[in-house]
Amino acid sequence: MHRILALTIVVAGFGLPAMAEIAPEDVPWSEDGSVAESLTGTPGNPDEGKVIMTTNALGNCVACHAIEAMPDVPFQGDIAPQLDGAGDRWTEAQLRGIVIDAKRTFPESFMPGMYKVGPFIRPGVAYTAKPPEKPEDIKPILSAQQVEDVVAYLMTLSE
Amino acid sequence: MKLQHTMTAVTVLAATLALIATGPRAEPAQDDQLVINGEEEVPTQAPAPAHLDGALGDTIYSGWLFRDPDTRAMQKDDFDNPMFLFVDAGIETWNTPDGTEGKSCADCHNAIEDSMKGVRAALPKVTEKGELWSLENFVNDCRTNRMGAEAWGWNSQEMKNMTAAIGLQSRGMPVAVAIDGEAAPFWEKGKEMYYTRYGQLEMSCANCHEDNYGNYIRSDHLSQGQINGFPLYRLKDQGAVSTHQRFVGCVRDTRGVPFEAGSQEFRELELYVASRGLGLPVETPAVRH
Ligand code: HEC
Ligand code: HEC
Repeated sequence: MHRILALTIVVAGFGLPAMAEIAPEDVPWSEDGSVAESLTGTPGNPDEGKVIMTTNALGNCVACHAIEAMPDVPFQGDIAPQLDGAGDRWTEAQLRGIVIDAKRTFPESFMPGMYKVGPFIRPGVAYTAKPPEKPEDIKPILSAQQVEDVVAYLMTLSE
Repeated sequence: MKLQHTMTAVTVLAATLALIATGPRAEPAQDDQLVINGEEEVPTQAPAPAHLDGALGDTIYSGWLFRDPDTRAMQKDDFDNPMFLFVDAGIETWNTPDGTEGKSCADCHNAIEDSMKGVRAALPKVTEKGELWSLENFVNDCRTNRMGAEAWGWNSQEMKNMTAAIGLQSRGMPVAVAIDGEAAPFWEKGKEMYYTRYGQLEMSCANCHEDNYGNYIRSDHLSQGQINGFPLYRLKDQGAVSTHQRFVGCVRDTRGVPFEAGSQEFRELELYVASRGLGLPVETPAVRH
């Protein structure tokens, strides 16, 4: 009896985030480029966020941004502002907006939109140099939950 | 007192970190000169051409200045420069008959050192028929129409051998492409491409090579993306790389779909990028990593 109850809770736990997930086209933007609502309803995991930010095939944020709070990560880029203190400078909603599509906050920015599927000029399928066969072949760079994880890590960056 | 001490330490630490972040990394090498075989100096910077309107400041820099000392050294000595294997192969082909006419390049053009001097520095250019041609187009025109031989692929080894051998004859001569008159409409299109944000990353050539040269993308030290050294040897690929091949790579890296090597679009882009290096001496064949 106990066991069955536990199982039910686990299943419900898996089902919930998927149901609540907001698609890239449906992001509820505020005028100022911030996004108040979580994309998944599941709190972000800052440890996961850190991995995403430093992994080439994922967010690869350190390609452009230096983060002194990660002294163990080699070859941090310097074409974008250093991220230390980002959690003091911005609210969670603003950071979510910047990660989803920074151009809503900084209109001319060359920071790539991490949860954006278009419109783009000559988009390819990831780094294959091949055009998409159907629109769904262009996937956002990060998943909804990965965005939440990154935002959770950014919120820990206070000085 | 104790507090003050700590504060000073923090300030010093912050200053040191700032130095690490921006100090020696932000500049092209200033303390090195490209002297080839110990005798021929090739300047690696020049006053910026007027059409750039200050977009690159007042100086344009060769990509050589942004590479590490070992890579720079390889380009200083033709024996250490792996491209010379390909140059030698190109010169051999220059002298070898091919095709139904049984002619070699030398049969019409004589010594490559004389007839090909300055050719690379002025390309791409508009032909009598009003088309914009790169060096590769001229090579294939001779092969198909004058030698009765097959055209080489734009990025084939044979083509790179030949463009390296021909390009070498302009080494040290300033890039001198025409951008006015008939070339102007092509140049305008190339310029538009240079500032177009391609791919899912929505980045233009200018985002990396104009706004951020001297800075680092991960471990890559960004140069101005000049093409005065092409075709060049890329240590990472262990082989020769053509100008258009590099363009393909940079557009792919924006998660974009590049134009084809040899396409009208990339010839227009080549003309425009060449013009951003007007006055910079040709370095063909360069070495990069
Ligand atoms: C290709 C370069 C690039 C990449 C990759 C990139 N950014 Fe940025 N980012 C920028 C630039 C440039 C700015 C400055 C805004 C502007 O353009 O004015 C910026 C601004 C920001 C800011 C606000 C700056 C501050 O601290 O006040 C945050 C936060 C941020 N980025 C987070 C991220 C995260 C998280 C990732 C990865 C998931 C990422 N960025 C990936 C280029 C980049
Ligand atoms: C996302 C960043 C990025 C973008 C966008 C980009 N490049 Fe590059 N490019 C690089 C990097 C990194 C290198 C290797 C280091 C260097 O020389 O800058 C490079 C190298 C080059 C080189 C070789 C320079 C040399 O001396 O070896 C050329 C030429 C070049 N790029 C042209 C272009 C053109 C043209 C475009 C636009 C179609 C473009 N790049 C877009 C990142 C970029």
